[in-house]
Amino acid sequence: MSANYQAGVKEYREMYWTPDYVPLDTDLLACFKCTGQPGVPREEVAAAVAAESSTGTWSTVWSELLTDLEYYKGRAYRIEDVPGDSESFYAFVAYPIDLFEEGSIVNVLTSLVGNVFGFKALKHLRLEDIRFPIAYIKTCMGPPNGIQVERDRLNKYGRPLLGCTIKPKLGLSAKNYGRAVYECLRGGLDLTKDDENVNSQPFMRWQNRFEFVAEAVLKAQDETGERKGHYLNVTAPDAEQMFERAEFAKELGMPIIMHDFLTGGFTANTSLAKWCRKNSMLLHIHRAMHAVIDRHPKHGIHFRVLAKCLRLSGGDHLHSGTVVGKLEGDRASTLGFVDQLRESFVPEDRSRGVFFDQDWGSMPGVFPVASGGIHVWHMPALVTIFGDDSCLQFGGGTQGHPWGNAAGAAANRVALEACVKARNQGRELEKEARDILTEAAANSPELAMAMDTWKEIKFEFETVDKLDVA
Amino acid sequence: MASMYEMGDYQTAHTLETFGFLPPMTQDEIHEQIVYLLAQGWTPAIEHEHPSKATNHYWTMWKLPFFGETNLGNVINELEACHRAYPDHHVRLLGYDNYTQSQGLAFVVFEGRG
Repeated sequence: MSANYQAGVKEYREMYWTPDYVPLDTDLLACFKCTGQPGVPREEVAAAVAAESSTGTWSTVWSELLTDLEYYKGRAYRIEDVPGDSESFYAFVAYPIDLFEEGSIVNVLTSLVGNVFGFKALKHLRLEDIRFPIAYIKTCMGPPNGIQVERDRLNKYGRPLLGCTIKPKLGLSAKNYGRAVYECLRGGLDLTKDDENVNSQPFMRWQNRFEFVAEAVLKAQDETGERKGHYLNVTAPDAEQMFERAEFAKELGMPIIMHDFLTGGFTANTSLAKWCRKNSMLLHIHRAMHAVIDRHPKHGIHFRVLAKCLRLSGGDHLHSGTVVGKLEGDRASTLGFVDQLRESFVPEDRSRGVFFDQDWGSMPGVFPVASGGIHVWHMPALVTIFGDDSCLQFGGGTQGHPWGNAAGAAANRVALEACVKARNQGRELEKEARDILTEAAANSPELAMAMDTWKEIKFEFETVDKLDVA
Repeated sequence: MASMYEMGDYQTAHTLETFGFLPPMTQDEIHEQIVYLLAQGWTPAIEHEHPSKATNHYWTMWKLPFFGETNLGNVINELEACHRAYPDHHVRLLGYDNYTQSQGLAFVVFEGRG
């Protein structure tokens, strides 16, 4: 159908507000929390978001008539109240799949959270959730290995993985750093981790660290008879150096490397994930910078979206908060995005902040990693909240043990296994936490000492970003 | 910090993965774990191996996995028969989960003397 060209500015809602639209199975759906400037109607705001994140610009242009914008445009198709908030509302937008390059999380984000976030008609804008159509998911490689493959490689079944980040995070020499790794692993941890800001500083260059850590891992493995690993951080100033570090980790016989997906960027992350698939390496993903993007309840991107994007871009582990430790994280909301990392289908569930059914098809699952300010007293709650398919990491809670890293590691391993055993026996972990740990400590002086050391430490602050409820 | 004289010396232990850091389970405790495994709908399976080869991925299978088995007593009898046949070997019980294509639980029930 041809139309006449009329220059000028049209209201967005004439074209982009389509309340009768029924989304297609192949559409990419998004839910934005919108806070408009006073006096701007909701439909106009929603339509503006749909337009600016898809085909539209502020003025009509003649070249629009050379294509079929009815096919390509994003559509605002529903508006909902935000419970307990009269200032904001949810706008649901459907985007046709052909707006996005196959397998490109970069392209999806550039569209959905691009210019529109600086739009003057909006006071705040937050991307709450994305429903990726299965047709798009099948164009992404996703996790290089996934939960099932990692369990088989590391021979860990029937319990969460146990890890810790090596501290102090900065300043150790490579040899002293490797010592800290060795002590943790010989004491019973499965995995240790480079801190995110350990890259290749003057006090410890990466080759030097990789070599000493490799010796530590292999020695601990040999002496305990269990499979071990250390996340060697290959995050680097440029992609060439990132791959050089990854290759060296592989050469040393190490099973796992790590990357920071937000500061490193999605292009680097996706490339590294593909390298890991090709080279049989596990990939641990840190999330530095996420709180800048996801913490404000009215502006930015919710972490559940970043988590979905990471599963598509590729990673075998992703930090997802602890609920109980020193870092931000509401329990229901955390469980909502933990599901998105692990399951093959996640139904809509507003009580967990899940706005859409999400079918992941055959995409491998990602281990959620709980790390930050947790110690043995948190173990029963962590096992209950995260279940077996998780990685629990106690940094200070291992290395702060009065007898050192190995004893701290053993204390955590005993506590973990005692909790799993008790859960399997049908006991209620959170209710019987004190009894379960006390019984286990009777056979473990390391655990008894850990329980005494951290008995008073709590992190009870209100969560800043809460789920929207009336 | 604890004084040096109060401090424990942690000796590295050779351990056998899940439950390797707990004291040996009593018979009742082992039964409880088997009941849990069966209640999840997992398929019990038994493997054994000489301790010198325990770090290999593959241990030797005892018969086939016991598909459809839901009876605690039958699983215990098979575990004991395997232990009698290979007293020097470690004997472990697995729960195959055919949905995740993984093992929902795996732990060593008898430690070999070898």
